[in-house]
Amino acid sequence: MGDNAVTKRVSRLSGRRQKQIKLVLFLLPFMAMVTIFSYIPLFGWSYAFVDYSPGLQLWECEFVGLKYFERIFTNSADFIKVMRNTLAISSLNICCSVLPAIFAIAISQVKYKRFAKVVQTCTSIPNFISWVLVYSIVFMLLSSENSALNNILMGLGLISSPVNPLTDVDHAWAVQVSINVWKTLGYNAIIYLSAITSIDQELYQAADVDGANNWQKILHVTIPGLLSTFFVLLLLAISNMLSNGFDQFWLLGTGMTWDKLEVFDTYVYRMGIRNMEYSLATAMGIFKSVVSILLLSFANFASKRLRGNSIF
Amino acid sequence: MESKKRLTVPGAINILILLLFTFLCLYPMWYIFINSWSSPAAVNRGVYFIPLEFTTEAYTNLGQIPGLTSSIFISFARTISGTILTVLCSSFTAYLLADKFLPAKKFLYRFFIVTMYVNAGFIPYYLTISAIGLRNNFLVYILPAAVQAYFIILIKTYIESIPGEMVESAEMDGAGIFRIYAQIIMPLSKPILACIVVFTAVNQWNTWSDDMFFMQGRNAGNLHCLQYLLYQNLQSNVVTSVGAGAAAGAAMKVSSMTLRMAMSFVTIFPILCVYPFMQRYFTKGIMLGAVKG
Repeated sequence: MGDNAVTKRVSRLSGRRQKQIKLVLFLLPFMAMVTIFSYIPLFGWSYAFVDYSPGLQLWECEFVGLKYFERIFTNSADFIKVMRNTLAISSLNICCSVLPAIFAIAISQVKYKRFAKVVQTCTSIPNFISWVLVYSIVFMLLSSENSALNNILMGLGLISSPVNPLTDVDHAWAVQVSINVWKTLGYNAIIYLSAITSIDQELYQAADVDGANNWQKILHVTIPGLLSTFFVLLLLAISNMLSNGFDQFWLLGTGMTWDKLEVFDTYVYRMGIRNMEYSLATAMGIFKSVVSILLLSFANFASKRLRGNSIF
Repeated sequence: MESKKRLTVPGAINILILLLFTFLCLYPMWYIFINSWSSPAAVNRGVYFIPLEFTTEAYTNLGQIPGLTSSIFISFARTISGTILTVLCSSFTAYLLADKFLPAKKFLYRFFIVTMYVNAGFIPYYLTISAIGLRNNFLVYILPAAVQAYFIILIKTYIESIPGEMVESAEMDGAGIFRIYAQIIMPLSKPILACIVVFTAVNQWNTWSDDMFFMQGRNAGNLHCLQYLLYQNLQSNVVTSVGAGAAAGAAMKVSSMTLRMAMSFVTIFPILCVYPFMQRYFTKGIMLGAVKG
């Protein structure tokens, strides 16, 4: 009998071993996929240290050390411009990140629940249309010669010649940030709306007992209740500062506004693929990745210190 | 309680502002819609509320745009196949990573999750894609997005909330890994998978830049997607009208405007169609985003 128990145990053990092997084997193809698309490109960083031109193999290129990094920082007119644009646009977007919270509070104040629901549903639609469509809309509604905006403004006699927000260098940042707010406001408000519903109702009842009016309730109950959500989103935004997106600025930037709208993502593509400056663009990409990781660790560290909880 | 429903002045102002922003979100879609059904002459004068001089001309002319039919096919193909692939790959990976018998579990999990933060940058990625022959290849639309760290986190968290006894008793009955995945894990994680289906599908439909990056030249053939075709059409601002007078040129320009409106509407239509049904998944999705990795 004892013999039987042992074989059973052995077979169970080997069954377990078998399962372990199986699990790893099944996992392998997926590991291969992320290796190909996420890890192997990391070896491409070596292109930043050689004089690469398309068609050559890596080992056929001349090793130039930090030449391209030096070029970024010493021959730096482009770099300063791109850095300034990227940071300015990200900072303006971060400033606007209080708007979804305000919007959510405004929705939560509406007593007609069905109306609030409709507003929330309709305003999050723009988040789900593509940037090409946004480009199309901006182009037709605002910026072509006989766009709706121009027809109306000229009909009212407010302007004498057509305006075009897409070629307006002076307000380029404001225009882009507004478009981004239009696209994301409703959707970003959702997370605050749910944070508002999870605020303890007893706090409101206590405020009622104290005779607080609506404004006081918003100020002393709702806003404090939203702070931690706001804080997490703020840190995430800071860690993402250098990536303000390729689509928006490639599509909505025109030849006239490039000075203000060239950001890291578009610059790397323009330099690398269009101008064939592979090594320079790779060096720029490395810089961006490294700074992003640093910002990310900073955000995580700040979160740990201030909230006692990491965000990642 | 009823007195609470009384409308105060600040309340009314609040509602007005909300209405105004709602209008700003919806009107552009409506504007494109009404203009695409109006005659070019009416569009030139301005169409703001309802279609004027109703005509289907813009839509019948869509056929003239080279590659439109194939691009619609490609857009649907990448949306459907990309969504299926992403959901299957990401959920199966998450399921394997959630299994308590997996050796070096923590390391393997991190191996996937780190990809969220490590970014080689565009040029090395571009060169890798070229090296493995994915340029001018339909697979470039769907393969790189198949295993996604973020989805793995979401699904794995969900799977771990499924009572372990269910899986164990299935194992007792001799069910293998695939069987448990298909018959227990998949059905039970439907809510989270639905969110992922919706997000991936919208994303696939809306993405155009991979098309611009990787489908170049003659070899790209009929692999362009609808969004990219629209982008190209919007880019070609000047309609070449050789030998036409200024007036005819202007007319061409206007009619190309209605054509673009029609094309834009075709591009946005699928999203608007599914949006009302998908809305609750979008809402749920952003809430799930709040879970920690």
